This record gives sequence, structure tokens and C-alpha cells, in this order.
Amino acid sequence: MTHLEKLEATSVHILREAYREFKSLVMLWSIGKDSTAMLWLTRKAFFGHVPFPLVHIDTAFKIPEMIAYRDKLAREWRLNMIVGQNTQAIAEKRTFPDGKLSRLECCKVLKSEALKHTLSGDWTRFRFDHKLGKYVEDTNKEPYTGVIVGARADEEGSRSKERYFSPRDRDSEWDIGDQPPELWGQYKTDFAPGTHVRVHPLLDWTELDIWEYIGKENIPVVPLYFNRGDGKRYRSLGCWPCTAPVESTAGNVQEVIEELKTGKLANIAERSGREQDKEDSGGLETLRRGGYM
Amino acid sequence: MEQISVVVVGHVDHGKSTLIGRLLADTNSLPQGKLEQVRTMCVRNAKPFEYAFLLDALKDEQSQGITIDTARCFFKTEKRRYIIIDAPGHIEFLKNMITGAARADAAFIVIDAEEGIKENSRRHGYMISMLGIGQVSVLVNKMDLVGYKEEIFNEIRKEYTDFLGRLNVHPANFIPISAFKGVNVASTSDRTPWYRGMTVLEQFDAFEKGDVRASLPFRFPVQDIYKFTEDGDTRRIFAGTVETGKAEMGDKIVFLPSGKRSRINTIEGFNTPGRTIVAPGEAVGFTLQTQVYVKPGELMVKAAEDQPHVSPRFRANLFWMGHAPMIKDKKYKLKLGALRAPLQLVEILNVIDASDLTSVANKQQVDRHDVAECILEAPRPVAFDLSGKIRFTGRFVIVDNYEIAGAGIVLEDIRSEDSALRRHVSDREFAWESSGISSAQRTAAYGHSAKFVVFTGDHQEKTEVLAAALEKHLFSHNFKTYYLRMANVISGLDVDIKHESEVRDEHIRRLGELARILTDSGQIFITSLSNVDDYDLKTLELLNKPNEILVINVGENHFSHYQVALTLDVQAEEVHSLEKVAALLKEKKVILEYYL
Ligand SMILES: Nc1nc2c(ncn2[C@@H]2O[C@H](COP(=O)(O)OP(=O)(O)O)[C@@H](O)[C@H]2O)c(=O)[nH]1
Repeated sequence: MTHLEKLEATSVHILREAYREFKSLVMLWSIGKDSTAMLWLTRKAFFGHVPFPLVHIDTAFKIPEMIAYRDKLAREWRLNMIVGQNTQAIAEKRTFPDGKLSRLECCKVLKSEALKHTLSGDWTRFRFDHKLGKYVEDTNKEPYTGVIVGARADEEGSRSKERYFSPRDRDSEWDIGDQPPELWGQYKTDFAPGTHVRVHPLLDWTELDIWEYIGKENIPVVPLYFNRGDGKRYRSLGCWPCTAPVESTAGNVQEVIEELKTGKLANIAERSGREQDKEDSGGLETLRRGGYM
Repeated sequence: MEQISVVVVGHVDHGKSTLIGRLLADTNSLPQGKLEQVRTMCVRNAKPFEYAFLLDALKDEQSQGITIDTARCFFKTEKRRYIIIDAPGHIEFLKNMITGAARADAAFIVIDAEEGIKENSRRHGYMISMLGIGQVSVLVNKMDLVGYKEEIFNEIRKEYTDFLGRLNVHPANFIPISAFKGVNVASTSDRTPWYRGMTVLEQFDAFEKGDVRASLPFRFPVQDIYKFTEDGDTRRIFAGTVETGKAEMGDKIVFLPSGKRSRINTIEGFNTPGRTIVAPGEAVGFTLQTQVYVKPGELMVKAAEDQPHVSPRFRANLFWMGHAPMIKDKKYKLKLGALRAPLQLVEILNVIDASDLTSVANKQQVDRHDVAECILEAPRPVAFDLSGKIRFTGRFVIVDNYEIAGAGIVLEDIRSEDSALRRHVSDREFAWESSGISSAQRTAAYGHSAKFVVFTGDHQEKTEVLAAALEKHLFSHNFKTYYLRMANVISGLDVDIKHESEVRDEHIRRLGELARILTDSGQIFITSLSNVDDYDLKTLELLNKPNEILVINVGENHFSHYQVALTLDVQAEEVHSLEKVAALLKEKKVILEYYL
């Protein structure tokens, strides 16, 4: 087996394990390359099907192409698409672009809080109705307790301490000191009622692995990842006020792979285009504790 | 490019993090400026520089000053890519050490030359052996603190070789190093002119990525069985990851423990070129030529190859990580391959202190961090291999109170007529207070003997209709009979059974006990069950002892070894089916000829 085949097999095993063990399971889909590769792995695991809902937190500041792409794939792959949003904060203009919050606070409000309440079901969820071809209010208010997320260990120091299956206690807090053992393909899949579980099928993947896999499998990704003539491309996608493209001429998957291999970006963190990380050296860590992935 | 994982273990403070930091620095694997950044931080905080700080990515880890988890670092040589796993040495973090080490292809054990072999040097050696990591190199570190003396190195080598030998671990070599000074790490040094062997870096490249899995018999734990009906999909797919061996389309296969047989029809995948063969490590799916009904957790093997063991009892070596000790007569959960089953500790044969390999005599429980040899038992047979033969299907974990609390390897199949259930039934019968009315007296008075009649089959409605019809029929002939509808028990007597994994077994157990009482009263006690297997029926038979059971199967017979008394055609008319049942009851002398 090649390196990519091994990574794929492990992720598939984890996804099947999650599906077998958790009744109310969802996958977070940020529309970025990682979670899109993860969605593809889901189709691998379930032989073309996606047997659980996908949750996207729409901050209302996503680059519009991302949303269009999301809905296109939702239609084509007949996804059970759920969208959550902090509609109140957006209506009250309690955001960074509106000048009321710092970047980090804005992330907390538009992402962490929206995610938390969308998962618990106490805020409105919008479900894509394939017959009507639009989003409608979801009648299902049951909490989702199993959440599959596309975190990678190489992205940030804090992630290298993760487990494939990580419990979060009721407040989504995360005790890094007492993570369950994982060995021989056995993960912690037993939980006291009410426990929230994060599942990380991509933990062992690197940025390069993801791109190579996207290339190998021909997975459709948002064109924002590629240079379209202006010598810039996005390396990591987020909200437009806080995400900057990198200098790059890579115009397709192969060229992105080549670029990564040359090491041109090796000393620049992948998320360096994400301004919120700069406000606090442990930015992601702080957000993770609050439940934002 | 090939990639292998190497774990670094050792007693706390013996220099694991320093070694890894040094390696990353010497192989230019650190992000630009990182080393300077850490050095500057140390100066600013008036702390001596430590390579460990490089690895301490987490804030609170730095504040605690110990590696609490298995951090992963990446580096590469010309030959291949490496994942280095830094396993914590502190005993409190044993389960983190195990998580890290279990993924490794090879291990470095670091020993402080000045301090010598410590408790966790030995404990980690033991874990390495138990985890089945075959390739080990021992690094005698901090040689600078002992003046690079060869005698000290030799002493440690002798003592530790001896210790590992007892565990059947044979290290590739011992390397004298100073992680801090970089001696024999990435390059040799004139500090150790007496040493001619490899550097640590050379040893990385010397590890082999041995994979024996392909040459072993085929083992496929059935993780799940999918039938997604969207978009007109009609496939019934047995999904899982191949542990060992190979299988091809058309191969005859057996599911264990159920013993059901079929042949591989297709190998399924999504966006993959069609395959006719599968190999170890692949996460695949199969469709079968003839449908069999098995549950997730069975082990699929090839009929033509060496078969695994199928037994409820086995002898194992295990280590315990749980906060609560492992004790007898408590129900645990076994996870072996894709199987999940209840598990009990039957007997502790020997508890070993892994830090010095001495036996702790007469222990009645397995405490945290103990290593124990014991006998374990599941209520029903489990399919496994002996770890000495196929370790991939001869190892398991034990869940206690939602946590993975133990992990072990199977040493021996202990086939025994004795089982927890048999012991229970014999204890119960010993304590049973017999009625003043004998069963012969009841038979004479009622005109029939007592019996437990179980209808079963795929067509739940049909079996229920027949059971109800039999009750009416017998009642109209003045027999003492009662048809127990399972729904009534589930929402009444059994309403407290909540724990998912126990539900079925506990329903069956209570039904068996109920049958024992009702047949004691002389009745013909009828019930209807769907979705039961061979072992459920055996359990009911045993629990109903000394009275008898009759199992009537409606429709296709899926039982592989349980002999049902009668199989009825689903299509048959009710009256005809009833006649057949009545004939059976006569034949079995439940009802006497002249009454019908
Ligand atoms: N003199 C000397 N000190 C060392 C050497 N290797 C590690 N140390 C020191 O030993 C202490 C513990 O090392 P560390 O790598 O944190 O140990 P760990 O707990 O095994 O990761 C630190 O203060 C290191 O600087 C060595 O080769 N020589």
C-alpha cells in the first residue's frame, strides 16, 4: 500500500467506527480542502453514500464562491446539508467587520457560539430541501453528540496531542491531560450519556497529503485555492475580512503540490493568512477550548 | 516515499525530548528561526536552554514541564520519511505512552548512563514486548556525564540485554550517546573512540519496515453491514479492514463464531478501479454470492485456511490502565477486532510488577499499572487467534465504565465445559426449593407435561400469529398454556435494561429464568422471538433446565449448529402448520395422544 492508501484506509476505518457507534452523528464541513477531502473519504467509507448530515457554520462573511460551491456539491451529491448561523449577532452587527469586536472575539461569536448552539439544536438549523432546492428551517432539534471534524496534527502544535476519538465534556471543554488510550485500531467509543465526542479522521494527514489525495482522486475543490491570473491564491479559507491569499502562481492541483514540495511555503505557517491567529500566540488553542475547530 | 513510525520511550528525564529536539535540529527539520526563538525565550526567562522546549507545543505542557502525551514530529532522510513519537516517561501517562508506542514500527529506549536502568526503563521494555514491536535499539544517553566511559556503557548493556531477553525482546544494538551534545546522534564523535557501531540517525535508516501480514491467513473483522437504499442501491456490503492475508473473488468464506458460510461475490469500493483481490490494511467491502445473516463483530476467514479459535474462554496477558482495579464478577466489555462482547475475569494466575518482573503473590485484583496473566470469559464464544500465531487478531482491549482500561494478548484457548452460565444454573438448581406437588402429579392432573415452546424465524409477524394460534388451540383443549408476548416484558419486567450492549443478552437471560418458573408450574409456556442466534437458543435451553425446550423455526433456517425441533414453511396455511406443531408435541410426549 502507498502512503496515501494507508492514510485513506485508516480514515475510512475511523469513519465507519464513528457511524457504527454514534446515533446522532454529523460532520463539520467548512468547505475548505481538508473537510472536503474528508467528505470524499466518507463517500469511500460508505460506498458512494453520505449517511449523516453535514453541518456548515455560515458566518455571513464567507467568500461567496464558497457558499455557491457548497450548495452545488450538496445538490450533486444529494447531501443532507445543515447550516447554522449566529443570526442575532449578525443582525446586531456584533462582529469584527462591523468594528465592534476583535478578530478573535468575532470568531468566538460567529463560529464557536454558532457551532455550539447549532449542534445542541437550541438555535435554528437550516436544512437543504432537495425538492424545493433551498434551505428550510429544520424540524429536527435533537442535539448532535458525535461530531466529525477535519483537524490535522501537523497544522498547529495543539493538534498533535489529539486522539481520533476525543470526548469533550458537556461544556465542550477539553482535558488534554487525560486523553483516552488508542491502540490496535481500538478507540474510545463508549461514553456516558450526554458526552460530546469529536472524531478526527484526518489527524495523521499533512497539507501535502491532502493535496496529493485531492489530485489522485480528482476531488472538486473551491477554485479560490488556485491562482487565477493575479499571482495569488488562498492556502487556507475562512471569512474574507480575516483571510489573505498567499503569493503563488500555482493554478491547479498539480502546481500546488509542486509548490509545497519545493518548500517555498515550508517556513510559513499554513494559517498565516488567517489574521485571528496573530492576536494571541495560542489563538487556535484558545478557540479549541471554546469548541471551535 | 516510504514512511515509518518510530517511538522513543524511557524513564522520565532520561533525555527523550532532548534526543528528538537534537535530531530535528541536526537534520535541519525545524521551521526556520524556531531554535533561535526558543533560545531567546530561555534567555528572557533566565532558564537554561532545553531541547524539550522545542517540542512543548502546548502552553500548559510547558508550565508542567513534562511530556504528557505522545507528540509526533516529522523528519526525513534520503531513504524515507519518519514520524517520531515522543512517548511520555512518567507512569501517570502510561496510557499515552501506549497510544504512541502501539503505532510504532520500531522503538528507541533511552537510558540515562548516570542514573542507570530505572523502573520505567523496564516497564517500557515490557510494554514494547507486549505491543509486539519487534525492532528495538537502546540508547545509553548522557554519556558526557560519565566521562564517556566504556565500562559504564557495557554494564548497562549487559544488564538490560538480560532483562529484555527474558521478555523475548532482542535489541538490534546499544548506542552510547549524548543527546545534549549531539554525540553519536547525527554523526559519530571522537568522544567515544571505542564505539564503532551506528549513530542514531543511521539506526533510523536501518530499521526495517517488516510486514508479515500478507503471509498470514486471511482475517477480516466485519465492522459493519451496509444496505444503503438511496439511488436504487441494492448492494448488501460487509465492510471492514483486512487485518491479515489475502482474499479473492469467488473464495469460500466462513464467518465466526456463527459458522455461516458463503463465497465472495464482489469486492466493493468507491471511485476505485475494480479489484479482484484484497490485501492487509485495506478498508474494503464485500458482497456475497448467497446471503448470510450475521452481525457486525464476526470474523470473516477463508474456509480453506487455518481457522481461528472459537471459545468463550481464554488465557491472556494484560496490562491495566484503569483507575479502578479489575476484579472478578464484574461485567466488562471486550473489544477484539470488530467484536464487542461482555467479559468477566474468571481467575488471576499471576500478577507481575512490570518494573522488575517479580510476581506479586496471591493478588485478588489487577491494579492500575499491573501486568497480569489471567483467564477471561465471555458469555458466548468469541473468535480469536493466539497472539503467538497471528497477533493482529490475538489482541484486545477491555472497557470499564466507558473507558479503555486494559489491553491484552491471547495466550491460550481454554475450552471448557464450565461456563459462568453453567455455574449459575447449577447454583440455582442447588438452591431451588421444590414444590410440594411433583411434576408427575401435575402432568397427570393437566393431561400434558410442561414445555417451553419457542417460535422463531425471519418473519416476526408470522411467528407471532402462530404462537398465538397454538395458545388458543391448546387452551381450547383445556391445556394449561400461556403465550408470553415479548413486547409485554420489554415495557414491563425488562424496562430497566438500558445499557445498549447488554440489552439482548439480558432479555434472553430473564426470559430463560421466567421459562424455568413457568415450566415448573406445569404449563406449556410459549413465546416468539425474532433475531436470535444459536447461542441465544443454547442459553435459553440451559436456563430452562431441568425442564425442556422445543424450538420451532418458521421460514428459512439460519441456525448453523443449534438443532431446531421443527421447521415450518412460511407460506403454509396456519391450520397445516398447527397440525405439524401438534404432531410434534405428541411425538415429544408433551401431550398424550388421546387428548387430541
Ligand atoms: N548532560 C546531559 N544532559 C542531558 C542529556 N540529554 C538530556 N539531558 C538533560 O536531562 C534532562 C531531561 O531531559 P529530557 O529530554 O527533558 O528528558 P525526557 O523526560 O526523557 O524527555 C534535561 O535537563 C536535559 O537537558 C545529555 O546527553 N547530557
